[in-house]
Amino acid sequence: MSNQRRPFTGFLSSLVSRGVDDATWDELYETLILADAGVSSTAALLERLKQRAKEARVKDAEGLIALLKSQIASDLGGCQDGTALSTNGAPAVWLFVGVNGVGKTTTIGKLAARYRQSGCRVVLAAGDTFRAAAVEQLGMWADLAGVELVKGAGGADPSSVVFDAIQHAAAIGADLVMADTAGRIHNRINLMEELAKIRRVADKAAGTVAEVLLVMDASTGQNGLVQAREFTHTAGLTGVVLTKLDGSAKGGIVIAINDELDIPIKLVGLGEGVGDLAEFNPQEFVEGLVA
Amino acid sequence: MFDSLSSRFEGIFKRLKGRGVLRDADVDEVLQEIRLALLEADVNLHVVGSLQARIRDRCVGVEVHEALNPAQQVIKIIHTELVQTLGGETLEIVHPAKPPTVVLLAGLQGSGKTTNAAKLASWFKQQGRNPMLVGADLQRPAAVEQLRTLGQAIGVPVFSEPSEPVAVAHKGLVEARAANSDVVICDTAGRLAVDAELMEQVVEISAAIEPHYTFLVVDAMTGQDAVATAEVFHATLELDGVILTKVDGDARGGAVLSIKEVVGRPIAFSSTGEKIDEFELFHPDRVANRILGMGDTLTLIERAEQVYEEAEAKAAASKLLEGQFTLEDFRDQMHQLKKMGSLQNLVGMLPGASAELRNAEIEDSRIAQVEAIICSMTPQERATPRIIDGSRRQRIAVGAGTRPAEVSQLLRQFSEMQKMMKRLGNKPSSASKKKSKKRHRGSRVTPSGSQPSKLGQPSKFGKSKLVLPGLEDEDFDLSSLR
Repeated sequence: MSNQRRPFTGFLSSLVSRGVDDATWDELYETLILADAGVSSTAALLERLKQRAKEARVKDAEGLIALLKSQIASDLGGCQDGTALSTNGAPAVWLFVGVNGVGKTTTIGKLAARYRQSGCRVVLAAGDTFRAAAVEQLGMWADLAGVELVKGAGGADPSSVVFDAIQHAAAIGADLVMADTAGRIHNRINLMEELAKIRRVADKAAGTVAEVLLVMDASTGQNGLVQAREFTHTAGLTGVVLTKLDGSAKGGIVIAINDELDIPIKLVGLGEGVGDLAEFNPQEFVEGLVA
Repeated sequence: MFDSLSSRFEGIFKRLKGRGVLRDADVDEVLQEIRLALLEADVNLHVVGSLQARIRDRCVGVEVHEALNPAQQVIKIIHTELVQTLGGETLEIVHPAKPPTVVLLAGLQGSGKTTNAAKLASWFKQQGRNPMLVGADLQRPAAVEQLRTLGQAIGVPVFSEPSEPVAVAHKGLVEARAANSDVVICDTAGRLAVDAELMEQVVEISAAIEPHYTFLVVDAMTGQDAVATAEVFHATLELDGVILTKVDGDARGGAVLSIKEVVGRPIAFSSTGEKIDEFELFHPDRVANRILGMGDTLTLIERAEQVYEEAEAKAAASKLLEGQFTLEDFRDQMHQLKKMGSLQNLVGMLPGASAELRNAEIEDSRIAQVEAIICSMTPQERATPRIIDGSRRQRIAVGAGTRPAEVSQLLRQFSEMQKMMKRLGNKPSSASKKKSKKRHRGSRVTPSGSQPSKLGQPSKFGKSKLVLPGLEDEDFDLSSLR
C-alpha cells in the first residue's frame, strides 16, 4: 500500500513544527473537507479532537496531527474482522454491489486470482447481464485466475444466474462464489428491487451469503453516504471495498459511512493489476488522508 | 441530481423571505448556509470560497432597494453568480471544412467513457452525421467488446485491433477517412491523473489524431478531487469541454461547478441515464435555474419535441378543446409521454415541483396499469365511457388484471379532465391558472421554424408556472425574479 503512504507532503508539513492556533484548526478542517470527509463528520471529528487535545495537553501542531490520525484510525479499525469465508461446508457467497463504474468486476477478478492461488475452489457468477460486454470482461478475469464462470444467456435474469452459480458451486464442492452485479444508481427503484431479489434468491440457494460488499470509488463525494445507506437498506451490506485509492482522491467519505452506518471498510483497490488489492489498513489509510 | 442543492436553498430563502430589510448579519448567515450547502454538494472548498466572496461583493455593492424584497435580491445575486460560474454559453460543435471531425474522450476509470462514446456517436448520428467509433482502450478487459456491442446497437461502425493504443487511434482515423466517416470518436482507457506513464500515452494518442474536440468524462458523483483531476487533464490535453455522466443519480453535482470554475471550459454534454438516448447538450442557464428550484422546462420541451409528432399533437389539442377527447386519445397521449423517458426524470424538470415531489418515487408501472385498463375496453366503451356499467366494469378489471375500483377511479378522473378541458375550450379568457395549464399543453410543440435562441429565455415559460394538483409550493415562487 505504498501509494497510500504520502506522509506530510501537503501543506500540513509546513505546520508540523508550529504551535496550535486558529490557523491550525482551519487547516485541519480544510484537509478533511478536501479529502471528502464531509461537513458534519469533519465538524464532529475536530470537536472531539479539541477535547482530547485539551486533556492530553497537546501544544504543537505535530502532536495534534498525530492525535487526529490515531483518532480516525481507531474509529475505522473498531469493527475490523476481515472478509468471511464459510464455515459450514456450503460455499460462501459474496455479492458485489455498487453504482456504475466503481470497479466491481475488476475487484472480483483480483479476488478470484488471490483465492485461487491460496488453494480455494472459486466460482464466479456473471450477474451483470445488463452492461454490454460485462460478462466477457468477467470471463477474461476468470480465465486469468483459472476459475470457473457461470453465466446466463444474454439478457438473462441476474438472480437466476447467481442462483445457478451457487447451486453449481455447491454441487462441485467449491469454497467461494463471487457474484458480480450490474452497476445501479441507488435512486432507481426498479433496479434496487432487482438487487433485493438477487439477495433473496441467493439466500435461498445452497450456499451461505457471507459478504455483501459495496464497491465504492475513492473519488466519490458526499453521495457515497447515500449510496451506502440505500444499498444497506436493499441488500444488507457487510462491508465496503474502496477502489482506485492509488489516485489523488483520498476516499474520506468512508469516515462518514463508518460513522453513520457502522459498516467496516474491508478491502482497498490500488490499481489495475491482478495483485493491486489489499486488506484495509486504518493506519495506512489515515497517513494518506491527512497528508 | 441538483435537487438536494435546490431544496437546501429553498430552506434558506424561506427564512429570508420573512425579513423586511436585509442586514449585514443576515448576509453573513446566508453566506454561511450557502457555504455549507455547497460543501455538502461536493463543490470544491476553494471554489466555495471564491463563490462566497463574489456573492458577498455583489450583495454589498447593491443598494438595498426599498421596492424589492431583500430575499429576492439575494436570490437574484446567487442566481446570476451560479449562471456565470457554470459558464455563459452552451458549447457548439463546429465541424471543420475538411472532415472528419475528430473527438477524443479521456478520463478516470469508470467515469463512463465507453458508454458515452456510443452515446455521443448516436447524438452525432441524429444530427445527420456519419460517425465512426475507435476503441483505443486496450487496457480494460473486454472494453473493445463493449464498444462493439454498443456500436452494433446504434448502427455505428467500430474500429479497433489488438495492437497498441496510439497505433489503434491513428489507424482508426485512416480507416474513418477511407470509409467517408465525418466524425471519429476515440475511446481511451481510463487513467489516473497521477499515473505519469498513462498520461504520457494519452498525449501521444492526442498527437497522433490531432482531435478537434477533447472531452474529459467526469462522474457527477465525484467529490473534492474532481478539481485536481480536471486540472491535470486540462494541463496535459487542453480540454475543450467536459461530459458529465450519471446525472440521473441523486448526487448534488457540485463537481460540475468546481470543474467549470477551475478549468474554465464548458460542460458540453450531460448523460442522464443508462439508455443510449439519455444524453443531451448541457445548458448552464437551465442547470442554474434547476439549482434554484426553477425547474428545467426547456429540456422537457425539447424532449417532448423529439418524440411528439406535431400533427398528432395539434389534432389532440383541438380535440381536447372541443371536448371530444376520448379514452383512446388519452391512451395515445400516455404513449407519447412514455417515450419521453421515465416519469421521475420528467418530474425533476418541472418548475415549481416541490422537493417532496421531486424526491417521490414514481412508478412507471402506474401508466402501464392505466393503459391496460383502457386496452381492456371495447372501442365503443372507449368512445362513450358512460355506457360502462357494473358488469362491464368487472370484465374490464379482469382483463386488465386489476380491481373494478381502479377502473371506476380512472373513469372518474377522465370525466373530470374532460369537463375541465371543455371549460377551457369554451372560455379562452378564463382564470390565469387554468390559462397557464392550457399554454403548457400548447407549448409541448414549438411551431416549426421557431428559433432555438428564443427558447433560451426561460421567461417565456417561466411565468406560467405549471401547477400540479395539490403540489403548489406557495412559499417559494421565483417568478418575481424576472
